[in-house]
Amino acid sequence: MSKAARSMRSPLGQVRRHGASGGGTGHFIAQRLTAIALVVLGPWFAVSAALSIRDASYLATIDFLSNPVNAVGVVLLVAVGLYHMSLGMQEVIVDYIARPPAKVALLILNAFAPLLLAVGAIFAVLLVNFGV
Amino acid sequence: MAGAIRPENRPLSPHLQVWRWHVTMWSSILHRVSGVGLYGAAIGLALWLMAAAAGPETYAAADAMLSAWYGQVALYLIVAALAYHLANGIRHLVFDAGAGLTPADADASAWFAILFAVAAPIGLWALLTFGA
Repeated sequence: MSKAARSMRSPLGQVRRHGASGGGTGHFIAQRLTAIALVVLGPWFAVSAALSIRDASYLATIDFLSNPVNAVGVVLLVAVGLYHMSLGMQEVIVDYIARPPAKVALLILNAFAPLLLAVGAIFAVLLVNFGV
Repeated sequence: MAGAIRPENRPLSPHLQVWRWHVTMWSSILHRVSGVGLYGAAIGLALWLMAAAAGPETYAAADAMLSAWYGQVALYLIVAALAYHLANGIRHLVFDAGAGLTPADADASAWFAILFAVAAPIGLWALLTFGA
């Protein structure tokens, strides 16, 4: 603090290019766009899956996922939802974890795990519909 | 732009314990908590889809967990978290558009989001139990 006050550089010159990341607009827009999509996809899945699979049986689940509209909806929900949650968790990690080793490890995990789960889940929906 | 305040004398932001608890604090904290909770729910959704694709035996194992008391409690909390994150997410999209930012409006919408999170799981349960 006092060192900064004695500096000969102007206050603006000291803070320029020392922002949190240098660019968060893309993150902001992606989070809002996925949020808008999830306003439709989230409630649709919760209500229609609950009503269609109320006995929680294997056959009811396969029936639900075999309907083309449901299959497309679930693939969209998984893709958009897991992207949105990765963006949100990235913010939480950056806010609460200060030490670089732990922070970077968690950020990498948060980038890879949702991608792995999304690809696995989408492949599962395709397998139900087109599998042998 | 108070030039008299030097950087080292800048006031600190008041700490949590000096603030009177307020509903908009709860709405902010609950958005994070429900978001982190839904991260786990999305992992569960992806695993559930993969279990369905893997076949009846694997699905039965997943179904046994969801049908147990802790699975039912988890599903109830997931619906509540989804409802809260949905309502408060829409609230934040409205904020982003520059609307609803007066203290009275922000308080009212925060209460609405919290009450919606309480009502939605009960509503879905009622729909499944007494509905068509």
